[in-house]
Amino acid sequence: MTHRRIRQGVTLAGYYHHEDLAHFADMGQHAPELWEKFSAWYAAVFAEGALTEREKCLIALAVAHAVQCPYCIDAYTQASLEKGSNMEQMTEAVHVASAIRGGASLVHGLQMRNAAKQVSM
Amino acid sequence: MSLLETQRGPVLASKPLGVMNASLPRVKPFQESLAASDLFPLTAAGISILQINLGKFCNQTCRHCHVDAGPHREEIMTRETAELCIAVLSQTHIPTIDITGGAPELNPSFRWLVEQARGLGRHVMDRCNLTVLLLPSQSDLVEFLASHEVEIIASLPYYLADRTDAQRGARVFDRSIEALRKLNSQGYGHPASGLKLNLVYNPVGAFLPPAQHAIEADFRRELDRRYGVIFNSLYTITNMPIGRFLEFLRQSGNCERYMQRLVNAYNPKAAEDAMCRYTISVGWDGTLYDCDFNQMLDLAVGNGQPKHIRAFTSEHLDRREIVVGEHCYGCTAGAGSSCGGSTT
Repeated sequence: MTHRRIRQGVTLAGYYHHEDLAHFADMGQHAPELWEKFSAWYAAVFAEGALTEREKCLIALAVAHAVQCPYCIDAYTQASLEKGSNMEQMTEAVHVASAIRGGASLVHGLQMRNAAKQVSM
Repeated sequence: MSLLETQRGPVLASKPLGVMNASLPRVKPFQESLAASDLFPLTAAGISILQINLGKFCNQTCRHCHVDAGPHREEIMTRETAELCIAVLSQTHIPTIDITGGAPELNPSFRWLVEQARGLGRHVMDRCNLTVLLLPSQSDLVEFLASHEVEIIASLPYYLADRTDAQRGARVFDRSIEALRKLNSQGYGHPASGLKLNLVYNPVGAFLPPAQHAIEADFRRELDRRYGVIFNSLYTITNMPIGRFLEFLRQSGNCERYMQRLVNAYNPKAAEDAMCRYTISVGWDGTLYDCDFNQMLDLAVGNGQPKHIRAFTSEHLDRREIVVGEHCYGCTAGAGSSCGGSTT
């Protein structure tokens, strides 16, 4: 990683850079065996199986939004388009991720209710 | 493109070839990629398709058009040049002619050319933009095409209106569906009729096409369910970084990324089966090219080959060395791309 890239990275607004994604493989420099295993596993995960490649890309797109990874959002927006998905399908996938995130918060309201019940008369 | 596919290493700068390639971002020279897969120089392996471009005149102005065609263009093939094409057909055993444009049906010689080629027993393909079939002046065109058993290769980039219209113009999708229904009613697309109706998918943006079999299944299901339209096959074609699509890439800031995407997706098998190896392309003025894309870049057949249809000789052109440039990555990316869809 160049000094320029490191320096740009210290400001929050410039924390993520699209061009950094092309250097993802740099993660193999100090742990090549782990990188190789990750790469092979990753490729196998996204190969057509019981789910189609397009379905897997839509899942990845939804998860990318749930974990809010800018690199993953870029990569799986492009990948979903390249697998033939349309904006209706991709938007619905993002809604699925959002619903699970929102629902996960809301369902913890039960914990709130239990806790309140515990201390209330 | 997955997260992992973005991490391949940088590529080498290239020596520009021609005006077009000088304007493309610098990438690994296509010749180097061919050489690395023992395919340089790329040579023809016979000619089974004579592709004839009848000119740049068109009733549409699509945003991705590599021909830069439209209603304002006046370059069209004359009858004299069309006669030279038929003379070549009669002197050779080339089994198929592939007629393209512009909107080739609007050339005054189109129907004559079809009749002559069919009279010689050749298979005829018409690259049709669909909306031309609805023009008042072309009200009998579908019947003409059917009576001559012309195979229709029809552009329909998606089965939804918004994406189709974004590429091809307002209301083009609705009119395309109307034209497809007209073709279906004439027997086109019905398996038993023998009248072939094949669709062409182009990505509506700076990305590669999906697997042909996968998107064909989507088109078949959705066109039938939503509109009651049927067809035979769907061809996926990669957008070439030339013409109006190159302008879109530049204006949208996608040029470098798209070129890199094509280079990273170079597939030697697709290069081996590239359409230029079995096709020769004739321009509206009779000039010979290795493909319709080279035609738009003014890259005529090279290496001492006859450059005009009047000097056509199979013995030389059958094994000619093909003129290549960095735009050729568009035909070799992923599953490959040709006028007949993916090549691998």
